[in-house]
Amino acid sequence: MSNKPCLRVENLHVSYDVGSTGFLGKRRKLHAVNDVSLEIGAGETLGLVGESGSGKSTAGLAILRLIDVASGTVRLGETDVAGATRSELRALRRRMQMVFQDPYSSLNPSMTIAQLLEEPLIIHADIPKDERKAMIGRMLESVGLHAGYAARYPHEFSGGQRQRIAIARAMMLHPELVVLDEPVSALDVSTQSQIMNLLKKIQGDSGTAFLLVAHDLSVVRLMSPRVAVMYLGEIVETGPSGRVYDQPAHPYTAALISAVPFPDPERQRRVNRIILGGDLPSPMSPPSGCRFRTRCPFVMDICSKEAPPKVAVEGGGLASCHLHAHGPKLGGRSLNDFIRDKQIVSAA
Amino acid sequence: MESDTPLLEVRDLSVQFPSPHGWLTVVDKVSFNVGRNDIVCVVGESGSGKSVTMQAAVGLVQPKGGRIKSGSVRFDGQELVGMGNRQLNRIRGDAIGFIFQEPMSSLNPAYTVGEQIAEVVRRHRGLSRADAWKRAVEALDRVHIASAASRAAEYPHQFSGGMRQRVMIAMSIACDPKLLIADEPTTALDVTIQARILELLRELQRDSGMSVLFITHDLGVVADIARHVVVMYGAQVVESADVDNLFGAPRHPYTSGLLGAMPQVALERGHDPIAIPGTVAQAHSWPSGCRFNPRCIYREEGTCTTTAIPLEPIGGGLVRCARAAELQSTLGRAMVTA
Repeated sequence: MSNKPCLRVENLHVSYDVGSTGFLGKRRKLHAVNDVSLEIGAGETLGLVGESGSGKSTAGLAILRLIDVASGTVRLGETDVAGATRSELRALRRRMQMVFQDPYSSLNPSMTIAQLLEEPLIIHADIPKDERKAMIGRMLESVGLHAGYAARYPHEFSGGQRQRIAIARAMMLHPELVVLDEPVSALDVSTQSQIMNLLKKIQGDSGTAFLLVAHDLSVVRLMSPRVAVMYLGEIVETGPSGRVYDQPAHPYTAALISAVPFPDPERQRRVNRIILGGDLPSPMSPPSGCRFRTRCPFVMDICSKEAPPKVAVEGGGLASCHLHAHGPKLGGRSLNDFIRDKQIVSAA
Repeated sequence: MESDTPLLEVRDLSVQFPSPHGWLTVVDKVSFNVGRNDIVCVVGESGSGKSVTMQAAVGLVQPKGGRIKSGSVRFDGQELVGMGNRQLNRIRGDAIGFIFQEPMSSLNPAYTVGEQIAEVVRRHRGLSRADAWKRAVEALDRVHIASAASRAAEYPHQFSGGMRQRVMIAMSIACDPKLLIADEPTTALDVTIQARILELLRELQRDSGMSVLFITHDLGVVADIARHVVVMYGAQVVESADVDNLFGAPRHPYTSGLLGAMPQVALERGHDPIAIPGTVAQAHSWPSGCRFNPRCIYREEGTCTTTAIPLEPIGGGLVRCARAAELQSTLGRAMVTA
C-alpha cells in the first residue's frame, strides 16, 4: 500500500435470507460473502475477480451499504460504513459511488443527460443552478462527450457512450471511492478499451479509488495493480496483478486464466488447459475444508478436512491452498512448474 | 449426398428490416460457404449483421417483420430462400440444429428436458414415445450429462447454466443434423464453463462429421474453434480466410484493430489496449465508401471515402479494403506472435 487506505474492509460477511425449509422450518441463510478482507489506497484500483456466484458483486454492494452487512467492518477513510445510521449513510453516499454493468438499464430513460448528471448535485450539494450547468458541461467533456449532448436522452446513445454517461454521473461529486461492477463486459470489444482508457485517465485526474469487480482477469490486469480472486464467497488469492496473472499460486486462479481462449489458433491448439469439472457447489451448503476442492484437479485428503491457511506467495500476495504445505509442497511458489506439460481435467 | 458442393452456400444475401427511416439493409450482399465436416465462425460486433444473416438463412427473419431482399441460400442442394414454412420446419431441428445464447429462454420451464428432446425426435423422426425417450437419454449422454436417464426426468430449473446449454446441445444434435448453427452459445457462460462447452462442440463435430456454423463476437473463441472465419462489419463481409491466415496475417484494418483492442493481446504486447476510435456504424447512416472508414487509422481521403469497396481475393482469402495490398506488411507486423 503506497498511501493511506481509502477503503478498509475487515472480515466482511454478507448473507441472504432465503426463506425457511417448509412450514415452521428453520430459517435458512445463504452466505454470499464469507470473511472477506481488503484494502484500497487513495487513488488506487483493486480488482476483484471471480465467476458468477463468487460473491464479488455482493461484496461490492455491501461495501457501499447498498445491501446489509451481516458482520465485519467497512471503513471509508475514518468513517464507519458498516455501522452507519441512515443519516450518516446519506452523507456517505456522496463520497462513494457505483457504475453498473449494463448502461442500458442503469440510466433512467425519461431523464435527459443534464438531468441525470444534475441529480446528484441537487441531492448532495448546494450549488447554484448556472454553476451546476457549467459543471455538467465540463464533466461531459472530460468523459469524451460533447457538452451539447446534455439535452439528449439515453436512448440516443450507443452502449459505450452510455457507459461514459454513467461514469460521468458517478464522478459528479468527486467521490473518494467508485465501485465499478463489470464496467466493460456489456460493451463491444472495440469500445471496451476506450472505456478502460477513460477510467484510467479519470482516476489520474481525480485521485478516486476504484474497486473493479470483473470476471475477466485480463481486464483487471490492465486496470489495476493489485487483484483479489474470489470463489464461492471467499478470497482464494491476492497479490500484484502481474504476479497473479503470470504466476498463479491457487489452482482456481490458474484454471480461470487458462480457460480464457487466446486469439491465436496455433497457441490454442498446443496450450495446456486446466478444465474444471462439475458445477459451482451450492452456497447454501459449501463443501467442508477447502471450498474449491470439489472441482480442484489436485484435490488431496486434507482438503476436505481442513480449511487451507493463507500462505505468502513469492512475488507478493497470499494464496489459500493446501498444495503449498502438502502434496507437491509448493511453499508459496506459483503452480506453473507443477502444471507444465499436463492437460489437466478435473474429475467431478 | 457426399458431393463436392458445400453443405451451405450463402450467395449475395440481403436482408431488410422496417424502421422510421424506411427499409434498412442490415445484411448487405453477404456470401460465404460452410463446407462439409467444417467449422466456420462468423465474427462481428453488435449491429454487424452476423446473427440476422444466420436467421435469414433459415427463414427466421420474416416472423420478426424482416424481409429477404435478394440472394440465395442453398443447403445440401436445396434452395431455402422462398421455401414454405412447412418445408422449412421439416429441415429446422432435423438436418439443421440450433443452439442459442440464452439456454433458459430456449427451454420450456413446464416440461422435463427429456420430454422436450423427445418431442423434437418424435416430430422429425416419427418415433414412438418410448423410442423417442430413449433417443433423448442417449443425446443427454452424448453431451456428458451424468446419470442421463434420471436427469432426463428433471426440469430446466434443476440444471445450472452450463448444464442447460448442454441440454440445448443435446436437443440440437438429437436428430443427427448435418449442420449445427450456434449463435453465441457461450457468451452468457462463465469462462471455465465456456471452455468445456467449446471442448464438447469440438468433440461432437469430430465424432459426427457434421458442420458447425458458429456466430460469436469473441476472437478468442474463434481462434479456439474455427477452421474458417468470416468477419462482418456494417452488414457486410469485410474479410474471410482460414483461421491461421486470419490470425497470422489479418488483411482488413478492422480485423487487426479488433485484435489490438483485446485485453489479452495488449498484455502480450506490453501496452495498453488500442481502442478503435468512434462507434460501430449504424444501418440508417452507413458512411459512403468503406463503411469502416470513419474509424480506420489507414483511411485515405478519396480512395476509401467515395465509392463502395468490393470484396476481393487476396492471399487465399477475401478482403474488402481499397488499400489491402499496400497495407499487407503493416497489418501483418501488427499481429501477435506466440
